[in-house]
Amino acid sequence: MNARDITAVMPLLILTAAPVAIMLVIAVRRSHILTFTLSAGSVVAVLAAIPPAAALAPRQVSVLLIIDAYSLVFTGLILLAGLFVLLLSYDYLKRHEESREEFYLLLLTALLGAAILTASSHFASFFLGLEVLSVSLYALIAYLRINALCIEAGIKYLILAAFSSAILLFGMALVYARSGTLTLSGVALAMTAAGSADPALTAGTVLIIVGIGFKLAVVPFHMWAPDVYEGAPAPVAGLVATVSKGAVFAFLLRYFMEPGLVGGGVLAAIFTLVAVLSMFAGNLLALFQDNVKRLLAYSSIAHMGYLLVAFLASGPHRVMVAIFYLAAYFVTTLGAFGVVTVLSASERDADALEDYRGLFYRRPWVAGIFTVMLLSLAGIPLTAGFIGKFFMIAAGVVSSHWLLVAGLVITSAMGLFYYLRVIVALYTPAIPSAADIVPIRPLGKITLAVLVVLLFGLGVYPGPVTDLISAMTGR
Amino acid sequence: MILLWIILIPFAGGLAAWVAARRDNRLARWVSLIALAADLALLTCLWWGGHGNPGPAAGAWIAEIERPWIPTLGIGFHLAMDGLSLLLVLLTVFLGLAAVLASWTEIKGDVGFFHFNLMATLTGIIGVFIAMDLFLFYFFWELMLVPMYFLIALWGHERRRYAAMKFFLFTQLSGLAMLAAILALFFIHGRETGIYTFDYLKLLGTPVSPDAARLILAGFLAAFLVKLPAVPFHTWLPDAHTEAPTAGSVILAGLLLKTGAYGIIRFAVPLLPGAAMEFAPLAMAIAVIGILYGALLAFAQTDIKRLVAYTSVSHMGFVLLGIFAWNEVALQGAVIQMLCHGVSTGALFILCGALQERIHTRDTERMGGLWDSIPRMGGIWIFFALASLGLPGMGNFVGEFLVLLGTYRVSVPMTVLAALGLVVSTIYAVWMVQKIFFGMNVQGWRVPDLFARETASLAALMFVILWIGLYPQPCLDTARGSLEGLREKAQFTLAEQPAQAGHTGGAHERP
Repeated sequence: MNARDITAVMPLLILTAAPVAIMLVIAVRRSHILTFTLSAGSVVAVLAAIPPAAALAPRQVSVLLIIDAYSLVFTGLILLAGLFVLLLSYDYLKRHEESREEFYLLLLTALLGAAILTASSHFASFFLGLEVLSVSLYALIAYLRINALCIEAGIKYLILAAFSSAILLFGMALVYARSGTLTLSGVALAMTAAGSADPALTAGTVLIIVGIGFKLAVVPFHMWAPDVYEGAPAPVAGLVATVSKGAVFAFLLRYFMEPGLVGGGVLAAIFTLVAVLSMFAGNLLALFQDNVKRLLAYSSIAHMGYLLVAFLASGPHRVMVAIFYLAAYFVTTLGAFGVVTVLSASERDADALEDYRGLFYRRPWVAGIFTVMLLSLAGIPLTAGFIGKFFMIAAGVVSSHWLLVAGLVITSAMGLFYYLRVIVALYTPAIPSAADIVPIRPLGKITLAVLVVLLFGLGVYPGPVTDLISAMTGR
Repeated sequence: MILLWIILIPFAGGLAAWVAARRDNRLARWVSLIALAADLALLTCLWWGGHGNPGPAAGAWIAEIERPWIPTLGIGFHLAMDGLSLLLVLLTVFLGLAAVLASWTEIKGDVGFFHFNLMATLTGIIGVFIAMDLFLFYFFWELMLVPMYFLIALWGHERRRYAAMKFFLFTQLSGLAMLAAILALFFIHGRETGIYTFDYLKLLGTPVSPDAARLILAGFLAAFLVKLPAVPFHTWLPDAHTEAPTAGSVILAGLLLKTGAYGIIRFAVPLLPGAAMEFAPLAMAIAVIGILYGALLAFAQTDIKRLVAYTSVSHMGFVLLGIFAWNEVALQGAVIQMLCHGVSTGALFILCGALQERIHTRDTERMGGLWDSIPRMGGIWIFFALASLGLPGMGNFVGEFLVLLGTYRVSVPMTVLAALGLVVSTIYAVWMVQKIFFGMNVQGWRVPDLFARETASLAALMFVILWIGLYPQPCLDTARGSLEGLREKAQFTLAEQPAQAGHTGGAHERP
């Protein structure tokens, strides 16, 4: 390992060192604001270390990690999302009686795991990254120990994540047994050589897909998502919806980066089925929800289905579309969970639809922000979600995946129904509820304002961002 | 640059009204009114400025602006205005003013947000009429839906939620079908020429195989026929029109329906002339069915707003008929019919709103004998009822007459059947006035007559109807150039694809 290698992995190194250092600081002096500042500072430091690393990309660092433009774009995206979660968490934690400092440690380790996932070129680093991410999430989801729902969600996630890891490991073992290698490039070579003729190799790949499917919460591996979102603290739910899913998707896209790999046959059929099922099930089940967090959970299941359209697409803009869609989805989802976060009182999160009835008359700005976030999820013009959906349909049309395009169109219209239901509730006069007592502090306001600016920026003038992504990923 | 102002002024006015309402509700109304008046002044200058000669020439723009927007995907910010667009934008701003005046006393809750939504809808509609980039067009097309949804869902009548949801789902789903069609055209053009662009002028004349053309046309027409609305896609309309507040009904009937017709004239037919010519006989049949069916159903209604809503279905049938006859006279008729239907139906909805504000019902069974207490409203009502049935001297007569004249050259049976619609419309229009204003005043209504504000705005609408009815030449001149241009483009494309023109061209005489 020489100096260049170290510069290339510097983002990961800083992200590894930061939790250790902050842990030591906590041991000396327990202070919420200090820990928060240090954590936010280290995330910013990692972001600052990305451009120097990008100058050296692409660079294979040991057999485990590849630092290329692709991984750095995803790392940047994930760290930005992490930063927003961090900013939203501060006031939220202040309202709760728990010890607050360790939350930031866990958040940083979760980001580390996610960052490793995006850069892994080997099954070993993939699995390590995934476990670092999952273990941090177990603790984060169950962080509010006095809340029974929270504990339940933590346990549920623990069992299902452990189970899916086991399936994943079994799949890797099968693939290794047939191909004799654990590097992604080696596996890809073996797969193109054998095609779908080798049943054990195909079975192994399918098991890996099942494991990844659990993490992405796509149908039929989605059962945990609504319960976990409902139980988890609102900012953590935002983290699960964005960082965890985004990182796993980044790995999935890299795994099947070679165009011919999902070209036809069993795998393409499986992915198409999963995508269409996710769109329909996510949107249909969301229709019946009276809990905003559960509604967002089902909506995110549907969005993962949409994301798979870009994954299955061919054509030059495939990676750009996927990354742009993820960016739009990140901004929107973080905004929606951000609104839930700033409105949550110490006893429980503001997740009942009733909490939002008539919000417009009591807190017009927050209601307005929630409205644009929901409209973006629905894909209405001026918002990032619209451009994302537009790119997605374009990707489906250019690769002639008519089934996926039809599914996308039909389920988008269904999706409108429940987003509009929430929006109408916001503007219906009602008596004040618990969510009104909570004071909203400047930090939360500023964070939400920045997200709204990003949302409109991506929605009205996406040119610079698409150019940046295209230039970075070279496609 | 002027086009950008035309779009931005209403939107900025809406935002300003929202802010102003925190201080005073009256201020919000005035801000919207002034913004729209300024926009109207700007448009009038544009009209007169380019009006020394007999209208703009074929294919020439009155104003244009083009900037790159998302160059990676060939999306440009391309706005352009020709005579057709100018007339429709004028109608939009004019009816917008009437809508603001009509909601002066009707809307009491949340005045600021109401005006923001109203102005945002108008912005979207103006954008639809002048966007020359298909992506931008779709952008505005969707943009006008959300504020319209709010207008119905928040300030509407008894069954507003249901009506708003139905309206939104119909238009959104059909809009997505159009998006798929736009994308298909985009990729076909890119594959054929190597240039990936959404620019309307570049996409014109894209060689599309007949099968693909039929599918793409279906996507476009899904959106446009739902908006128009054509039978059998009209079921959202009676609900939405009836439940919307007065301003919402005026905008829906007066403007939103026109975007569908405009889309067919500007995009569907010129982009895919081959498939459109194949579809023309069916489209004309749908149009005639709409004319008769709408008129018959209008006669059966007891809710006055619902009655007026069904007359829209009938009148928009004439527009569809005129478009697919696709000769100069019929197209001119369709444009005049669009303008006059917008004004006269808008006026009837304003009258319905004013009446409901006074007697708190829309049920004709509970009305009668109102002439004694509100003769001024009665007189104006009769005027617009007569306009609606197509009395000579009123603008609607000119529109319907030209459409029938143009259609006669293409298909005699269709013309005869469509003319029957005029008879039925006489029945419902006269019957409506009789039910409301004459007969016994069973309920003993004693209500105030129209106020000066209402009278003034209705007088302006009456003036427009009479002006177009008696002297339609300025409007015909303004629209002629752009309609000629569109017909040339369609014919040019047909000539480029002789294989298609061969077996479809015969049915249609194109003078």
